[in-house]
Amino acid sequence: MDPKGPVGQGNRQIIVDATLIMLFIVVPTILLALWMGWRYRASNTKAEYLPYWSFSGRIEAVVWAIPILVIMFLSGEIWIGSHKLDPFRPLESDQKPVEVQVVSLDWRWLFIYPEEGVASVNELVIPAGRPVHFSITSSSVMNTFFVPQLGSMIYAMNGMVSQLHLQADQPGEFRGISGQFSGDGFSDMTFKVRSLPADQYAGWVSATRGAGPVLDQTAYAGLTHQSRDTRPFTFGAVQPDLFNAIATRQAPPGPGPVAQYGRETTPASGEN
Amino acid sequence: MSDIVPASAEAVQRVREDPHRLGHRAHGEGAPVMGAGHGETGPANSRIIVGYGFWIFLLSDIVMFSAFFAAYAVLMNATAGGPTGRELFELPRVAIETGCLLLSSFVCGLSFAASVAKNRMWTQIFLLITGLLGAAFLYLEIDEFIGFAAQGATPQRSAFLSAFFSLVGLHGAHVFVGLLWLGTMMAQVQAKGFSRMVQHRLLCFNLFWHALDIIWVALFTVVYLMGAAT
Amino acid sequence: MFGKLSWAAVPLHEPIPMITSVVVILILLGVIGWVVAKGHWRYIWDEWITSVDHKRIGIMYILLGAVMLVRGFADAIMMRTQQAAAIGESAGYLPPEHYNQIFSAHGTIMIFFAAMPLVIGMMNYVMPLQLGVRDVAFPTLNSVGFWLTAAGALLVNISLFVGEFARTGWLPYPPLSETTYTPGVGVDYYLWAVQISGIGTLMTGVNLVTTVLKMRAPGMSYLRMPMFCWTTLASNLLIIAVFPILTATLAMLTLDRYFGFHFFTNEAGGNQMMFVNLIWAWGHPEVYILVLPAFGIFSEIFSTFSGKPLFGYRSMVAATLFIVVVSCMVWLHHFFTMGAGPAVNTFFGIASSVIAVGTGVKIYNWIFTMYGGRVRFEVPMLWSMGFLVTFVIGGMTGVLLAIPPADFVTHNSMFLVAHFHNVILGGVVFALFAAIEYWFPKAFGFRLHPGWGKAAFWFAFIGFWVTFTPLYILGLQGMTRRLQHINYPEWAPMLYLSVFGVAILVVGAACQVIQLVVSIRDRDKLRDVTGDPWDGRSMEWATPSPPPMFNFAVIPNVEGEEAYWGIKTRAIETQRLGPEPVYKPIHMPLNSPVGVITAFFASVTGFALIWHIWWLVILGLVCAFAGFVWFAWRDIHEFEIPAEEVARIDRARRAARRAILERLAREQGKPA
Repeated sequence: MDPKGPVGQGNRQIIVDATLIMLFIVVPTILLALWMGWRYRASNTKAEYLPYWSFSGRIEAVVWAIPILVIMFLSGEIWIGSHKLDPFRPLESDQKPVEVQVVSLDWRWLFIYPEEGVASVNELVIPAGRPVHFSITSSSVMNTFFVPQLGSMIYAMNGMVSQLHLQADQPGEFRGISGQFSGDGFSDMTFKVRSLPADQYAGWVSATRGAGPVLDQTAYAGLTHQSRDTRPFTFGAVQPDLFNAIATRQAPPGPGPVAQYGRETTPASGEN
Repeated sequence: MSDIVPASAEAVQRVREDPHRLGHRAHGEGAPVMGAGHGETGPANSRIIVGYGFWIFLLSDIVMFSAFFAAYAVLMNATAGGPTGRELFELPRVAIETGCLLLSSFVCGLSFAASVAKNRMWTQIFLLITGLLGAAFLYLEIDEFIGFAAQGATPQRSAFLSAFFSLVGLHGAHVFVGLLWLGTMMAQVQAKGFSRMVQHRLLCFNLFWHALDIIWVALFTVVYLMGAAT
Repeated sequence: MFGKLSWAAVPLHEPIPMITSVVVILILLGVIGWVVAKGHWRYIWDEWITSVDHKRIGIMYILLGAVMLVRGFADAIMMRTQQAAAIGESAGYLPPEHYNQIFSAHGTIMIFFAAMPLVIGMMNYVMPLQLGVRDVAFPTLNSVGFWLTAAGALLVNISLFVGEFARTGWLPYPPLSETTYTPGVGVDYYLWAVQISGIGTLMTGVNLVTTVLKMRAPGMSYLRMPMFCWTTLASNLLIIAVFPILTATLAMLTLDRYFGFHFFTNEAGGNQMMFVNLIWAWGHPEVYILVLPAFGIFSEIFSTFSGKPLFGYRSMVAATLFIVVVSCMVWLHHFFTMGAGPAVNTFFGIASSVIAVGTGVKIYNWIFTMYGGRVRFEVPMLWSMGFLVTFVIGGMTGVLLAIPPADFVTHNSMFLVAHFHNVILGGVVFALFAAIEYWFPKAFGFRLHPGWGKAAFWFAFIGFWVTFTPLYILGLQGMTRRLQHINYPEWAPMLYLSVFGVAILVVGAACQVIQLVVSIRDRDKLRDVTGDPWDGRSMEWATPSPPPMFNFAVIPNVEGEEAYWGIKTRAIETQRLGPEPVYKPIHMPLNSPVGVITAFFASVTGFALIWHIWWLVILGLVCAFAGFVWFAWRDIHEFEIPAEEVARIDRARRAARRAILERLAREQGKPA
């Protein structure tokens, strides 16, 4: 709840607004319930006793009207908020967004920068103050790509590409996580987000380019194996269209567990 | 429990204060309201209860089918490079299957009429014909599946074929269960005649068999006719 | 011969499941040994296991639910302590492959095997009594339904010491739950356990809907039914409408896993989002299947303990049916973050919030039921007041989650976890505890000890808020659910506080157990001789406590709403009971072992399917079919209770009622 970007601020604003609207009605309701019970407790013989009273058109009208009005009010909020904060909608900015392609692996994150021709694992570096356009898919199971301080999350699913637009206003370091349980290595499926000033970002790109291995189909196949190694590293070059191959299922999906953990025996028997 | 006596005048007064009776206070209505066409005459007889309950079960069965229909609709084009419905389906065969099933349903209705008349011989004959037609349907369907598999169109080939085999196979499984039931019913009619329980079961069996027809009509249209057309 | 099953499946080297298994097996053997040694076996078999009496089946459902509630609670304690223990460098005491089974089992057990049996048990016990009839529409089917649910629960518990349970959450999202990513038997245990119990639930749904629609006492028109019967009808209509979807969805996943079909796989065109859509098309209405009967329970309690009719009965009925319809149109709110687009999200967001209109109306109607009443704060009423406070806040966070942009940052977070515990614990479980206090004297003839009951309530209420408020806060700080260990030490204080809350809940649970023990010990002091301990208003209180097997000696003629209240006030005004009816012999269905036999074969077949023991699968199915044919062959399915016996039992009831009238007359006479 300490947002560092416009999307996160929008999310928070909506939560705060909606909570206030509802508290306005919820708090009196709770107080009314408690007061009613107290006032008409059996030992209070001073209170009137209406053993047959069970209908009042006016009260009925009010009790239907109150929730309907609140919900109408909130519906407006839902309508506007859903459109304004739609993850697929580009952010308003005079700068061209950075393209980042995200692939969730078992249990790591791969970030491909198609325009810069570099890629990194478990570390997302973005320029501060410039929108970022994420295209997100999964190598195997479902995950959600989520940087709490920047705002909205969205699912990563095999064979599909989801879009997300985020922006960090200031330089800083944030946590990135998966918001959807994805197997035994899920708890450590985190990544670091570094938001850098524009010049440092450019420096990072040029330092990364050319250094380290090349990300091609083979290297990618290696990444799809299950791993709980969370150390970040980078690729100095990326095979063009690799992301497309992953998203259209031309690159094989993650193979899943090679050996079983725990007590379950390998499903070796011929009947399987 | 017949210790009930009409309630007080005071309560009747209260009903008047609430002309549309939106509240819950109506102790005063007493007998007049009861006679005012509510038609609430206590528990229904067992034939109605059995039929009604079974009908509700059939509705839930149709909901289950509709989930498989939905899956088929979603996966219809997910052929993953494998054979499509248009390449596979042979409408003449399916037409014969449909004929078998519809005819069996008609004969099943005749058997019910015979059972109401408590005519054991004709009940048994019509049930037998129903069963034979059902078995013929099932034979044709299995033969069709085997033929598909021989062309490499197994349910493992593509999501479309998975959905196709499950939907059609689910109906086939129902027909198979229906045949088991039918055999049991014939044995019961032979051994027990037309006792109340046997008649209830025959009623349920009829409902079941007709419901399978209804589902088949939908299936024939959505899967075969539309599949062969596109 | 034994498929995938081998000695390696038994976790001999793991202490936690091993010790638990040994303890469970010892307790089971002890109970069975005690039953056999004391010669109770015959009684238990005749009067309970093969019983088709809706009251007996209801009690067995509640017993099953209570036992599984304890199991699920044990899982919850492990989850909360693991998260508090595994912060930063520490790994805690549960490795992921074990922890993941625990949270999956916790969710599965709590929904399918604790909440569902408890709710269905309540409906089973109370609804026919309230409708003034002798049993449900299909008594034997009722027994089959119960035993199938028990068979599912058995399979879940077997997974503790033979093999493993699912590690995929309570709803096994593919592709994670496909064989590629989860090859073990865990998901298969889940599939077959839920499938078998789901069939049982569907049977109950058909049964109870038919009962309400076709089997009411004469004069019991729809708008004279007690609110609980309305919510029972609503809940069971939802069961019929959505449980088949669950059956179909799980069947598709089963075909994927067993035969390599491609419904939800990553290969050959499978569509994983279809699973998510289908499962929530069942899953969201499921919430209302649980909570609507809870609303009915509270309606009965608020009205009884305020000494007044329910306020706005008809708008309550309208609100209930409104919720039934709308609950089937909101499933997408469980995955706003799958990128469905703003128009779709808006529709489902508004539809989800609209449900709050129905519940909001109910809340106000309960509040105004107290207006002008004489509110007695007995234990059921305390739970109901606690519910009002808790549920209103749970509803508020629910509406918050229904706002798509708010859900974008709270989806799958601890905020969500806190929310649904807020409504399920604060709504359903509070209702069930209230209902157990309320109808216990009806079922067993004595009240539960009020002192311990009050203690249990306060510990549960405070414990609930101490446990879940920190989770709300953590959710807003970005903590996601299902974490086996926590990488961020600053969350530690909240997690510790939450464990402290769990400790308070444990004390509350202990109070419940003590309450039961103390009440059984002091049962003579707490005896209810009147059959009407709470000054009730609906027909179940017209019977003695506990009711005879046939419920009503003569089917009552209902002449108004709150049928029993009418009878009672009339009797008090006139100072006498109505004339003694003419007693006739009563025909009741014979007990039948078909339920337990079916469940036995279902368990065997399910176990064989899980372990791929194909010959046993075929054997189980053939035996089940043979069992049905054998059952269908019997000629006598009813027995007769002679008129004299009926008269003897009912005269005892009338004598007790007369004694109350005399006592009231004396009490009223004194001051005059």
